[in-house]
Amino acid sequence: MRLRLNINGETREADGVWEGESLLYVLRERLGFPGSKNACEQGECGSCSVYLDGVLVCSCLVLAGQAEGREVVTVEGIAEGEELHPVQRAFVEAGGVQCGFCTPGLIVATHDLLGRNPDPTDAEIREALAGNLCRCTGYEKILDAVRLAAERMS
Amino acid sequence: MMIEQTEPATPTRERPDAPVTTPGKVGEHTERADGVPKVKGEFEYSSDLWMDGMLWGATLRSPHPHANIWSIDTAEAEEMPGVQAVLTHEDVPGRKVYGMEVPDQPVLAWERVRYQGEAVAIVAADHPETARRALEKISVQYEVLDPLTDPEEAMKEDAPRLHLSGNVLKRINILHGDVAEASASADVVVSGEYEVGMQDQAFLGPESGLAVPDGQGGVDLYISTQWLHLDRDQVADSLGLDPEQVRLTLSGVGGAFGGREDLSMQIHACLLALETGRPVKMAYNREESFFGHVHRHPAKMRYEHGATRDGELLYVKARLVFDGGAYASSSIAVCTNAATFACGPYEVPNARIESHMLYTNNPPCGAMRGFGAVQVCFAHEAQMDKLANELGMDPLELRIKNAVRPGIRFPFGQEVPPPAPVRVILERVGDMPLPEEEEVMGRDLRRLPGGVSNVTHGEGVRRGVGYAVGYKNIGFSAGFDDYSTARVTLSIEEGEPLVRIHTAAAEVGQGLITVEAQIARTELGVERVAVLQADTRVGSAGSTSASRQTYMTGAAVKQACEQVRARIFQKVREEYADEDLAIEDGDIVSGGESVVSLAELLGGEEIEETVEFHHRETEPLDERGQGNAHLQFAFAAHRAVVEVDTELGLVRVVEVATAQDVGKAMNPQALEGQIEGGIAQGLGLALLEEIQIKEGKIQNASFTDYLIPTILDMPSVRAEILELADPEAPYGLKGAGEPPTIASTPAIVAALRDATGRELARVPVKPEQIVGIAEKPPSEPPQPGSRGYSGIGHLDEREEH
Ligand code: FES
Ligand code: FES
Repeated sequence: MRLRLNINGETREADGVWEGESLLYVLRERLGFPGSKNACEQGECGSCSVYLDGVLVCSCLVLAGQAEGREVVTVEGIAEGEELHPVQRAFVEAGGVQCGFCTPGLIVATHDLLGRNPDPTDAEIREALAGNLCRCTGYEKILDAVRLAAERMS
Repeated sequence: MMIEQTEPATPTRERPDAPVTTPGKVGEHTERADGVPKVKGEFEYSSDLWMDGMLWGATLRSPHPHANIWSIDTAEAEEMPGVQAVLTHEDVPGRKVYGMEVPDQPVLAWERVRYQGEAVAIVAADHPETARRALEKISVQYEVLDPLTDPEEAMKEDAPRLHLSGNVLKRINILHGDVAEASASADVVVSGEYEVGMQDQAFLGPESGLAVPDGQGGVDLYISTQWLHLDRDQVADSLGLDPEQVRLTLSGVGGAFGGREDLSMQIHACLLALETGRPVKMAYNREESFFGHVHRHPAKMRYEHGATRDGELLYVKARLVFDGGAYASSSIAVCTNAATFACGPYEVPNARIESHMLYTNNPPCGAMRGFGAVQVCFAHEAQMDKLANELGMDPLELRIKNAVRPGIRFPFGQEVPPPAPVRVILERVGDMPLPEEEEVMGRDLRRLPGGVSNVTHGEGVRRGVGYAVGYKNIGFSAGFDDYSTARVTLSIEEGEPLVRIHTAAAEVGQGLITVEAQIARTELGVERVAVLQADTRVGSAGSTSASRQTYMTGAAVKQACEQVRARIFQKVREEYADEDLAIEDGDIVSGGESVVSLAELLGGEEIEETVEFHHRETEPLDERGQGNAHLQFAFAAHRAVVEVDTELGLVRVVEVATAQDVGKAMNPQALEGQIEGGIAQGLGLALLEEIQIKEGKIQNASFTDYLIPTILDMPSVRAEILELADPEAPYGLKGAGEPPTIASTPAIVAALRDATGRELARVPVKPEQIVGIAEKPPSEPPQPGSRGYSGIGHLDEREEH
């Protein structure tokens, strides 16, 4: 199967895609976007979060074929050129990153949250990020990072 | 003959330049060096590795926990298009078994499998799906045997032997004082039986790596692991190669927590790469990961504590039984650790501890954060609460009264070294203000047990508070020659001094490379520091475990820097000045005056020193379980506040407060991250996390069914960090990674007991225990029609037509 989709603003093509491949697999293994992570490949951890036509999805649950002709934004597309996006900067500064395996998914999910709700309460942050597992941080510094990013972006 | 490490004939992967950072000094806030690539998605984890022409490896695993293997037929799999190699035990050229302490685990099984998920054959193919399908074409003839799944059964004389050496992997007895006499004079005696379920490290980055053949019979392996050199030696042994022919480079590690100490796919990927002559990548998925690494030992523990009327501990008797699973892993050390920590950080004049480690047909267990101290802490802290209750004493006061202090002896004979601020940390958590009581009725649902499931609006919700304290050895114990190696190079690049640090120590997310850079900045007064990728071109750093790397590799880096500094000062003395020398911001200063810049002094010269730092010797325990077994002890106390829906058994942890002595907060933010993250894993064990096993088979190998805390489960943490220097340690520091995971679990369960009045002798605590349906979770899932559940879901029976 041949696949054509827009990733982070550029058109990409992949040939010889097997029908059973997920969007996550095609991003990581065929198109050179390994930023989205594969901690469960079952829709349970959020480490593979990307935007699909502007909607936050777990790319491990999207068949590659479903993304045909659509727009995907991955963690690699969040930074504004060389400059880190404020969400990214806040995660580094607040200590929201340890091993970092959850980080790409959290960056995209936080970006999505603050896009919808620029000034979330703690309860709203927790609810929005409940689908993103992190095994290292205990989430406290992730909350700090989201609060810091929200403050800077407002 | 000593063979020089060869450079590969076919260059493998480019060695990326180590990023140059400008760290703060020791104790100062410093952003982690790998933070920016991680938030951009550019940081390369072992599962991201990719090379032109690479193949994918996959593993065939035994579906049975115990079986004889009569035959393995790979012919059909080999013929599949796209399949490049199918290997079995016959293809392992070197040692066919591996293991950290006891080499008892087959690289690929032959004759017998001893746990469900044991590796039997491996495949390399040009697509991961092809490799997986090829596994289905391998036909293995098994004779299924009854699994031996209960350690108590395994102990019996007539139990089937799982290994030639028998089923007892290790037994430790600690005999201290005279328990018989002490028990005769005790005013109060409490006893209990406690149980800890099997916890999983559940690191998010699955086991993975890339093996690249070098065209000369050797191999390069890019891998996420905790100890490169131990991996290398085991891989080389099984490949039948010299260690120098096997080069390991650390790839990005997505968490570890003990679960990467044992080998997973390392030997397999190398075998496939050498067989096919092509790079081979292996990456487990989540389900396979549950079978691909060892877990925390489940434990059953029987305790008896005796005390005087006014709460002075007289004796402790304990019998600990650990399920080691099918292979040894690091179980011997866990058995020793548990025995030595069985009484908790208390002055116990008389003790009799038995610690048993058994082989069974359950999944192998080994290292996980807390390493034997976690299980016993759950039990001894439950006992302390029981005793306090019996005495009518405040639980905190009872603990403070019996807290160890420097100069007395632990039950295993070692003198308690200073500082041992157990009393202080208990007082601190006791003094911290409690989170404000908040009216339950009418509260935002998200701050009630059960959250937006909308199961209570406050009815039946009760608050509880609980305390616990625990401790842990730092560094390797019991006579092990524990060391780390660091190479430090100072040179002038682009007119500015630059320090390069090269070690084999695994950064697994904890922030070690940042601390290494801070140490160099502190010792050498140079702003720019680069930490090279860890690999086996430099000597061993030992494992990233036992909370030891900041201490051990930190000390090695510090000493190497000191030697570099000494050589610089020697040069300065020869040519410039010799009084009161220091390096400040790249300048040599004498008596406060700048005499020469490093750039001028060194010119094109490089100064390099390599240091192997060994810690003080420790001793194995003698036959009475006595000895100076441990290097350093780290203590942490916790207070948990919970709210429990006593009707449904749902829990909201409101807050966990902690006081921990770290000796020196090397990087305060990273330290807080260790404390918060460690508490989250302790909360997981208290409430959520257990690998459920039925007749040797894992029932919940997914994140759907094995639950780790989410951001909704984890409360805020109030931490008080004490910096009481250990005079023996670099900068006075104490290992900090494990203590947060130890007493947080019992503190949460103590709070649950406080809220419910129930015994709760097993973790993880399930709702049915909290509401009192069962002291243990049911072994069978409830069936419609079974007792207590019959009405659920039958509208007619509930008369809700
Ligand atoms: S990898 Fe997609 S949700 Fe876990
Ligand atoms: S930082 Fe390791 S999983 Fe979140």
